[in-house]
Amino acid sequence: MAELLTPEIKARIGTANPPIRVEVTRRDIQKYAVSTGQKARKYLDGDEAPPLFHFGYSMEILPPEALRKDGIAEDKLIPPLPLKRVMAGNSDTVYHRPIRPGDKLVITRVLKDIYQKDGKTGPLIFVVTETVVTTEAGAPVLNETTSLIAR
Amino acid sequence: MTAYENIKVGDALPSRDHTAGIVQLFMYNAAIWNPHRIHFDHAYATQEEGYPGIVLDGPLQGDWIGQVVTDWIGADATLVSFGYANRRAAFLGETMTAGGQVEEKDDSTREVKVSLFLKNAQGDITIPGHAVVRFR
Repeated sequence: MAELLTPEIKARIGTANPPIRVEVTRRDIQKYAVSTGQKARKYLDGDEAPPLFHFGYSMEILPPEALRKDGIAEDKLIPPLPLKRVMAGNSDTVYHRPIRPGDKLVITRVLKDIYQKDGKTGPLIFVVTETVVTTEAGAPVLNETTSLIAR
Repeated sequence: MTAYENIKVGDALPSRDHTAGIVQLFMYNAAIWNPHRIHFDHAYATQEEGYPGIVLDGPLQGDWIGQVVTDWIGADATLVSFGYANRRAAFLGETMTAGGQVEEKDDSTREVKVSLFLKNAQGDITIPGHAVVRFR
């Protein structure tokens, strides 16, 4: 199969975005809990964050004029790919401890792998990233591995 | 609330239907700070990107299958791992059913592995998932 991934693209494997530092508030957890339709009191009261609460912390906070026409911020971690139709793939998270209000967290996103496979309908590019969440002191909170597929 | 001793492989987890309205979807995208237009701008989603309607966020639907697990274990177990896969899109107004079943039970660790699903009204699994929980 024709190799679509240039050395420049592959050289990005192993790079990371600058760490994001956040302070978790009870109100942020409550907003997330209500908007996702949670029933558990500990989530609705904001005592503990639901398992996918951290997802919003991967969103860069940018003014509208810095976004693309579709409203998305350019993903600085992933290099421009030769295939343009990008679909969300899998998300797999290992939990070390729950997120609670008052937590000071450090969130780092790492580009773990980019590889090509030939599908029935043509080449596919898989992009694997890992989001590592720790406390400021470095204690592990969770690790989420996500994949994107470009076709 | 679930007692570890009563769990059997093959047990169904309580399922729940979700129908996101435009206000709930707005709240979700505000809460996670997601300005992607396919989730709130009907004209853009249909005319520019060719979708049949406003697209539900994948992670919102992932959360719905996560709730199948967290509501099932209550305070009796902790979540060890959780994963989901976006297989097919769903749109505003669709009713999605979240459920799952017990796949494995390990008495030495008191860990239980469950499979999870989100189904549309046609019965297609749009998001499969899995989780491991550890009972006290």
